[in-house]
Amino acid sequence: MDLALVWFLIIAFFWLGYLFLEGFDFGVGMLLPVLGRDEKERRVMVNTIGPVWDGNEVWLIVAVGATFAAFPGWYATLLSSAYLPLLAVLVGLIGRGVAFEYRGKVDSVRWRRNWDRVIVIGSWLPALGVGLLLSWNVLGLPIDAAGNRVGSAFSAFQWETLLGALAIVGFSLVHGAVFVALKTEGDIRSRARRLALRIGPVALLPMLGLLLVVQTRAGSSWTWLVVGLVVIAAILALVFLSAGREGRAFALMAVVIIGSVVALFGALYPDVIPSTVDPAFSLTIESTASSPYTLKVMTWIAGFGAPAVLVYQGWTYWVFRKRIGTGHIPPVRVP
Amino acid sequence: MDVLDLARWQFGITTVYHFLMVPLTIGLAVLVAGMQTAWVRTGDVKYLKMTKFWGKLMLVNFAMGVVTGIVQEFQFGMSWSAYSRFVGDAFGAPLAMEGLLAFFVESTFLGLWIFGWDKLPKKVHLACAWAFSLATVLSAYFILAANSWMQHPVGVELVDGRPRLTSIWALLTNNTALAAIPHTIAGCFAVAGAFLVGVAVWHLTRRRNEETAVWRSSLKLGGVVGMVSFALLAVTGDIQGKLMFEQQPMKMAAAEALCHTEQPAGFSVFAIGDLTRPDCENVKSITVPALLSFLAHNDFTSEVKGIEDLTKEYKAKYGEFYPVDPQLGELSGQPIDYVPNLPVTYWGFRFMIGFGALAALAAAAALWLTRKGRMPASPWFRRAALAGIATPFVANSFGWIFTETGRQPFVVVPNPTGVDGVWMFTARGVSGLTVGEVLTSLIVLTLVYAALAVLEVFLLRRYARAGIAGVMPPGKPAAEKKPDDELAFAY
Repeated sequence: MDLALVWFLIIAFFWLGYLFLEGFDFGVGMLLPVLGRDEKERRVMVNTIGPVWDGNEVWLIVAVGATFAAFPGWYATLLSSAYLPLLAVLVGLIGRGVAFEYRGKVDSVRWRRNWDRVIVIGSWLPALGVGLLLSWNVLGLPIDAAGNRVGSAFSAFQWETLLGALAIVGFSLVHGAVFVALKTEGDIRSRARRLALRIGPVALLPMLGLLLVVQTRAGSSWTWLVVGLVVIAAILALVFLSAGREGRAFALMAVVIIGSVVALFGALYPDVIPSTVDPAFSLTIESTASSPYTLKVMTWIAGFGAPAVLVYQGWTYWVFRKRIGTGHIPPVRVP
Repeated sequence: MDVLDLARWQFGITTVYHFLMVPLTIGLAVLVAGMQTAWVRTGDVKYLKMTKFWGKLMLVNFAMGVVTGIVQEFQFGMSWSAYSRFVGDAFGAPLAMEGLLAFFVESTFLGLWIFGWDKLPKKVHLACAWAFSLATVLSAYFILAANSWMQHPVGVELVDGRPRLTSIWALLTNNTALAAIPHTIAGCFAVAGAFLVGVAVWHLTRRRNEETAVWRSSLKLGGVVGMVSFALLAVTGDIQGKLMFEQQPMKMAAAEALCHTEQPAGFSVFAIGDLTRPDCENVKSITVPALLSFLAHNDFTSEVKGIEDLTKEYKAKYGEFYPVDPQLGELSGQPIDYVPNLPVTYWGFRFMIGFGALAALAAAAALWLTRKGRMPASPWFRRAALAGIATPFVANSFGWIFTETGRQPFVVVPNPTGVDGVWMFTARGVSGLTVGEVLTSLIVLTLVYAALAVLEVFLLRRYARAGIAGVMPPGKPAAEKKPDDELAFAY
């Protein structure tokens, strides 16, 4: 297997890590006003992801940074073509990151309510944007022979990509609710579980829709198999959740996103960006890959770096593994 | 304005803004880890209070550094896609390494540090502080290695019109980077030092001042850090200068407004006249004779090339006119201006040095005036210390403005001893976007950043003012055991 293909898989892996990890913390943010009935409960929710959201976000930074190093053409074309959706993602992420840190820094109802709004918008917006971008990337961009966008600044907005946006949002909602159920105790736990069960069957449909759209256009028999697996995992996740087995449900949500990413990247291969203008203009793994030397260096770095990341991030989750509830939240202490 | 101008403004604004946050975070993170080490080793509660207080301010600031950093990474692809395609093979590597080897560590261990108080064993918790703070320094290293490659491309060969990396080691040990890194890191500590001094003096000169020991120690630490970092800044700045005379002679000629080649050349202290005219006929400089020769080549007699001669050289090597290419917009077919914006470069250089020196002077004065338990009653002392907080920030910003403006019109500056063809005009690097797109993001990001700046200053002031009581409730024993079911820390 050549290194360019290895890097295609590594980048799929980073996206997978991002969607899985930030998926639930997006969900927690989106559901903040729904599941958090009072200030204490909202604090419980924020604190379920408090120690980890920042580390989760780095998966995006690394997915994009690694694309720059391994496939400069892919990085350049995708980011410049999707200028405005990306701007929305960035603004959302900026607001969200600041909001988590600043929300509890002043003891005033208005202050917290405003930051809660920023968290909610800052979770919906990037989830929508990332879904839009990924599905657009897989379905194809209107690019010319030089890899530049020929369509308008708004060409990212089509019904298929909007379906993609809803797919990630829907997944994040369910994933976030399952995570809250897994990480909390008491009232909020059962409410989160009920919510996931109620919205689950509907919220996961856009993901199925997206996978079907992608498969009918570029699928092969093995990717169809993966889609089947995704459906089974999603159903099982809800079944386990209704039985109160939140850990298993959460693990099955991981299978859902693994399967979805595999199906999407499987459909993309061997292109990195299909051109909707002319298939001959499509960017491929081979045509955009960096030199073998750069890929070799990067492979060494990722070979040591990525497992280390898994170990110490795993340790973080272990350290903060205890469920929390309203009784665990210390009183507000601000100057 | 065309896409090029807008994209450059956006890059300038977002970068300078990002670099207001980052130095304070880096400097404070390491100092806070040091304070916590002192606490773990001595058990003196004074150090715990310092750790908590300065750590809180560091956190308020860190959030902003992170979120503005994401914009930086995306911006290359968004606004500078042609640049990204050209340099990705070499420039992308240190950027990706930063994410994989440094930024992951930083963000994960910061989470552990914030939430791990009383949850992790003391020494493990301390190790998290060090992991986090050293990773911020490592981050800076990779980013500066990437930037230095743009200033002085090494470790590459030209294949099919694009630089291809041949040695990552050469890129990571680029002499430009090895000089820039200690210089920049010292700049970070200068910021943190002045910050410590300013806030500590403010508390010490209050009528009701509590926790005197904490503020005295902070003041001393800040003062010493400020002075040591200035010494380091001067030494590394001199090394950088000498390298730049070799690698980017035009940048240094512009920094000195040196029009005509001189031997020996004098160092310009102050220039009067019209710097905006590149022929600089009207520039009168007050100079220290022969000093520039020394700064450039370590002797007082050598020749230093002026703007005029350098322009001729550049024209011969890289052409007189931009090629006719619609992608270049207004610049297509126009003469190439090899002289960077003179007023910005000239004054940027002077403001960097001037404000840096002012910061060191303030640190020295603060240490002298507070020696052996003294505390001047004059309100001017307090005002000066507070104003002193700003000086290294200003110096840092002008340093970056100088170094980035001074390399125009190149985005990848040709390396005189490197491979032919490994260079790029800034105008060539920009994405083929609509003006509307870039203008939208320029306006949105600038507004968002402005709002965030107001918020951050508001919170920093509030927490700095509140002092120790704001981070540790008074009267409670330091290492008080919490009931098992309550979190030691929660958002």
